[in-house]
Amino acid sequence: MTLETNERRTRYVRGTDVALSGGQLVAHAMRQMNPDLVAAYPITPQTILMELFCQFVADGKVDTELLTVESEHAAMSACIGAVAAGARAQTASAGAGIAFMWEMLWCASGMRLPIVMHVVNRSLSAPLNILGDHTDAMGCRDTGWVQLYAENAQEAYDNAIQSVRIAEHPDILLPVMECQDGFTISHSVQRVQLLPDEAVRDFIGSWEPAHALLDWEHPASFGTNVDRNDFFWYKRQQWNALDRALEVIPQVGEEYGRLTGRSYGYYEGYRLEDAEVVLVLLGSVAGVAKIVAEELRNEGIKAGILKLRCYRPFPAQAVADALRASKVVGVLDRASCFGGQGAPLFLDTCTALYQQGLSPAAVNYICGLGGRDVAPAHIRAVFLELLEVAKGKPVGRPMRFVDGAPPYDRQ
Amino acid sequence: MEAKEGWKDLSLGGVITAAGNSVLYDTGNWRTLRPVINFAACSHCMICWLFCPDSSFQTQGKLLTGVDLEHCKGCGICAEECPKRCIEMVEEMALRGGA
Repeated sequence: MTLETNERRTRYVRGTDVALSGGQLVAHAMRQMNPDLVAAYPITPQTILMELFCQFVADGKVDTELLTVESEHAAMSACIGAVAAGARAQTASAGAGIAFMWEMLWCASGMRLPIVMHVVNRSLSAPLNILGDHTDAMGCRDTGWVQLYAENAQEAYDNAIQSVRIAEHPDILLPVMECQDGFTISHSVQRVQLLPDEAVRDFIGSWEPAHALLDWEHPASFGTNVDRNDFFWYKRQQWNALDRALEVIPQVGEEYGRLTGRSYGYYEGYRLEDAEVVLVLLGSVAGVAKIVAEELRNEGIKAGILKLRCYRPFPAQAVADALRASKVVGVLDRASCFGGQGAPLFLDTCTALYQQGLSPAAVNYICGLGGRDVAPAHIRAVFLELLEVAKGKPVGRPMRFVDGAPPYDRQ
Repeated sequence: MEAKEGWKDLSLGGVITAAGNSVLYDTGNWRTLRPVINFAACSHCMICWLFCPDSSFQTQGKLLTGVDLEHCKGCGICAEECPKRCIEMVEEMALRGGA
């Protein structure tokens, strides 16, 4: 055992190595966080998470009040009531379930309630598809919730725990959703590290709300009606909170790193430092992309990956700075978001570049919808096209649908 | 557009840190029909008071005394439910002497 290993073992909290899927691991995070209330409705592929958490409730391993409500809309409504009352509440959902609670997501953020939701990303019908893509979370990117994405089960677990600290930060007080790809992360068993229960308890501390419905001595009304002048200012407050979240998220990530040895910020850069061709992406596809980037580097190509973790609020300055040296940028969007000049991650990335006066060629690659596999060969084909673009190949309409080898759009 | 000071002074998320102060909000001026009680026929059964969604019936002990005109919105549920049919919904503007 080297001195380095010893030092590492004593500096960071000792977890337990286990083999669990992403959904199961986040259920453990919920167990360790022991929220006062969980209100949820089952939907594939969140079910693997909630089934295990329900088992914990049945076995008396948590103090959580479990509400098996009649719909996801009711689940979010119950969480809102519980947090307004002064408690900690969490829920989990996916796909159409997120869509069903959409109007309540606005209430949660507008009322400034630090609810934590564990999202197992699933596509939106029609056609009916229960597999993984980011359409559900993208559909609520405007709701004022903080959104974090994970590459694997460990990151989902780590994000889940940090979400409580981010949400409850006195300058933020916004709900947070942490996302993991349906099936790819949620159902595949991975080797992960479970923190000790007390380490999680200490990290999240206790929730001391400024106002609570159950505090008789300091009565407060939540969800009130406001006139046309004040409504504008309340929305201004939410913008301010999201700006503060941008500052707090890496701080919480660093604190988590001092505890566990795994630090988090806005994104993870893989071979990004001197990259000339970069892929910006979210979620589990990062694993595949990293392998391909490594292969390309071995072939002398300066390929890099920007795996974004914090999508809302969008860290525009940090992303633009990371892409400053890039000649060409590809953005992978794993969501069906129609009608714009590209899908959400592409739009946000291009805006960030534009605001910094940067104009590399940028191409949007729609991939992996409805659980469709994104294989190394697909990523390699994307990089090869981007290299041609860097050499001057005209982009035309900057949207591609990843399906086998290019050219993708057979118009 | 610069943010003015206003948004910093407002409570967080529209929370109102007081109890029962919706009574200060004059909803009576929404009314187009006003309930007028014929006290000669009224049996003081309190069914109007029970059904009123705006707690706008005034009482003194066991007697019904009147309508809180600052909060009555003129919905007419009282007139509908009164078993004696002694509440009449009258044009508000007529009672105020025309528009």
